[in-house]
Amino acid sequence: MIRPVLAAAAGLLLAGSAYAADFSLLNVSYDPTRELYAEFNKAFAAAWQKETGKSVEVKQSHGGSGSQARAVIDGLQADIVTLALAYDIDAVAAKGLIAPDWQKRLPLNASPYTSTIVFLVRKGNPKGIRDWDDLVKKGVEVITPNPKTSGGARWNYLAAWGYAEKKLGSADKARQFVAELFKHVPVLDTGARGSTVTFVERGVGDVLLAWENEAFLAQREFGKDKFEIVAPPLSILAEPPVTIVDKVADKKGTRAVAEAYLKYWYSREGQEIAARNSYRPRDSEIAKEYEKSFAKVELFTIDEAFGGWTRAQKEHFAEGGIFDQIYKN
Amino acid sequence: MSEQALSHQPRDDVHTEPGAIRFVIVALAVLFLLVFVVLPLVVVFASAFSRGISAYFTALGQPEALAAIKLTLLIAAISVSLNLVFGVIAAWAIAKFDFAGKTFLISLIDLPFSVSPVISGLVFVLLFGAQGFFGPWLQAHDVRILFAVPGIALATIFVTFPFVARALIPLMQEQGTQEEEAAISLGASGLQTFFRVTLPNIKWGLLYGVLLCNARAMGEFGAVSVVSGHIRGETNTMPLLVEILYNEYQFVASFAIASLLAMLALITLLAKTILERRLDERQVPSDH
Amino acid sequence: MGLTLTWLSVIILIPLAGLFLKTFDLSLEQFWGIVTSRRTLNALKISFGLSFAAACVNLVMGMIVVWALVRYKFPGRRLFDAIVDIPFALPTAVAGVALTQLFAQKGWLGAPLAELGIKVAFTPIGIFIAMVFIGIPFVVRTVQPVLQDLDVEIEEAAASLGAGRWHTVFRVILPSLVPALLTGFALAFARAVGEYGSVIFIAGNLPNVSEIAPLLIVIRLSEFRYADATAIAVVMLMASFLIIFAVNRLQRWAQTRMPAQ
Repeated sequence: MIRPVLAAAAGLLLAGSAYAADFSLLNVSYDPTRELYAEFNKAFAAAWQKETGKSVEVKQSHGGSGSQARAVIDGLQADIVTLALAYDIDAVAAKGLIAPDWQKRLPLNASPYTSTIVFLVRKGNPKGIRDWDDLVKKGVEVITPNPKTSGGARWNYLAAWGYAEKKLGSADKARQFVAELFKHVPVLDTGARGSTVTFVERGVGDVLLAWENEAFLAQREFGKDKFEIVAPPLSILAEPPVTIVDKVADKKGTRAVAEAYLKYWYSREGQEIAARNSYRPRDSEIAKEYEKSFAKVELFTIDEAFGGWTRAQKEHFAEGGIFDQIYKN
Repeated sequence: MSEQALSHQPRDDVHTEPGAIRFVIVALAVLFLLVFVVLPLVVVFASAFSRGISAYFTALGQPEALAAIKLTLLIAAISVSLNLVFGVIAAWAIAKFDFAGKTFLISLIDLPFSVSPVISGLVFVLLFGAQGFFGPWLQAHDVRILFAVPGIALATIFVTFPFVARALIPLMQEQGTQEEEAAISLGASGLQTFFRVTLPNIKWGLLYGVLLCNARAMGEFGAVSVVSGHIRGETNTMPLLVEILYNEYQFVASFAIASLLAMLALITLLAKTILERRLDERQVPSDH
Repeated sequence: MGLTLTWLSVIILIPLAGLFLKTFDLSLEQFWGIVTSRRTLNALKISFGLSFAAACVNLVMGMIVVWALVRYKFPGRRLFDAIVDIPFALPTAVAGVALTQLFAQKGWLGAPLAELGIKVAFTPIGIFIAMVFIGIPFVVRTVQPVLQDLDVEIEEAAASLGAGRWHTVFRVILPSLVPALLTGFALAFARAVGEYGSVIFIAGNLPNVSEIAPLLIVIRLSEFRYADATAIAVVMLMASFLIIFAVNRLQRWAQTRMPAQ
């Protein structure tokens, strides 16, 4: 009874693995980059084939940024990690898998593309949401993922905090503002994509705090007649970094192709792919070309407002940090 | 004896509840099952075919979908066959021998039934993860368990552990040891006895256990999700792909895969109903 | 026998022992601190409380379903009998997306309920619904055979002694179903406590409100807090083992009770 089943399974398996590329990379990434890397991987494989005559296949794994870092720490054989924020890569580096100075190995904080946090609202903006303080108006429901598990959610949180601190003048006030904001959140999904699905498909909430690229994607998928993007006048510069997982790449002998892969991000083609997928490109020429696609937003960096990721993580998101305290009271 | 056979039929002759109460009870039962069980199933198929048949089959033909189907079949084949062998042995040991701590042992076998699937995955992360007990050794010897087929198979075996044994234990207990003892006293070897006497007696029960084991093995989500690593086209099983596609706004594709799994559930139920009838028929004339 | 124990050890005992060993990384106070922190307690409360409620509903509805299936004739009875097992055979992830689709604000059932002001998806009610869904077969399938095999003569005897139908059902039939009912209840409860796949889609996953314990384990893992995840897991594991152990004792009790009839 079992034998035919096994035989069939083996047959299927063999049929599948007949095609094998010269190189195989595994890129472990965060939630909203699925479409971005689908396009980027194809372009890179073509470019690499042209340059070296060798074929390369890049496999993807997506999930909440923190969960993905955890998987790499637990032994997921990623050659490359492209996560939502530097802290999650730091966590992998702390286990010795990545050189401590990883963020200096590539230009611009190793973030070849950036993004920011914007609001996605329903057609016609019925609740009249224009700026951060509109989010805590009575009766407004805000959708954001859980900052404990989602990188995007941490950017959301810090963007709100940064706004409040600047506008209201003190950390105490900022804390009150953020606490109030989370009282308006009816669902905390574990990943950014889960939140988008909750807002868009399941019809929950009045405003989604989202990566700019994620908001554009939702609009493309579901139509401009259903959702509008509102860019607040002030928001955070989100820098999702990329790097090689040294231990794995060296063991698998994929360092050269992995390095080429990341360098390709900084090429014209790479920057254009980023821009096409609504990530803000770093290259000034490409940025100018796509100027009209992105709203003019005043952006503050995490270093300016929070003294870097390590500090922000410790103060806000660590056990007993401000986020925990908000949910305690 | 004939009465027991009769007892499987509804006994209109005995009940004396007034018609109104009967009606209410049946209506409640039917309504409850319709809302809680049938409707979710209907939603799956309705959503899968909401953009037409061709969209449905396009979705199933995607390389990622095919890879997931393949992996799911492979995992099911591995875990079902291993649990099959073990389940028979365990049921044999428990049904035919008496020993201290039997309830404890049975409880241990049952445990995966009630342990959260998340925990079932977690234990293997703790064991085989790079930071786990065997992690450093495995890394040094380049053996990959977690985030690869072996890890997914292990987690699945853990979760489906009780099915075969649980289906067999009552059956074997009921049958006692007389037939085996007779065979051995007639000079049959242990293996002969097993294949000629025991196996024919339990084959339907065994098939029943395998069926349920297989359904669970193909459908496991929580445990596999923790150990899979979600590598596309490589370590995503069908239930994981359902979630992934759902999160990629590919609702039709997601529900298409889900509908395959729902179909599997329906086939399982059909086979199970047929098997149960077989089992019942066998049991009625056999003893008492 | 030896083989049984070896295989049991490799697949179940060693992994579980690993889980317990891991908690020794923590001091007793740390362990206690984790397990009694507000968020953990709430998650456990939500998991156990809602599971209990769902198991109660399943107890009552399961009994009604069994009664209808065993005692009455109605069109489609055999079909409904087979349908009971769907939650058992349907993968939990599929159940999760289906229930969510059904009960979301735009869903077939969610929309009319929303009109009435009842929100199901992303609230504790949603978790409860998912738990009812996965628990149905356990009560039905443990009670059904017992009711089927119940001797008609007792009922007849009770009736001939002048007992009313009501009296017969509640004083004669139900008491002999108690072990089976309790077993079904415990199984449904245990399954619901650990359930993950079908719940996370429909739960709102809000800390302290709609965050179930298994999800909290996953969250702790992605925060790199293995010890926390393990501590919660150990508590849940012990609860599951106690439930299952109780069930098996119940079964033995029922077995020794049965022949007496």
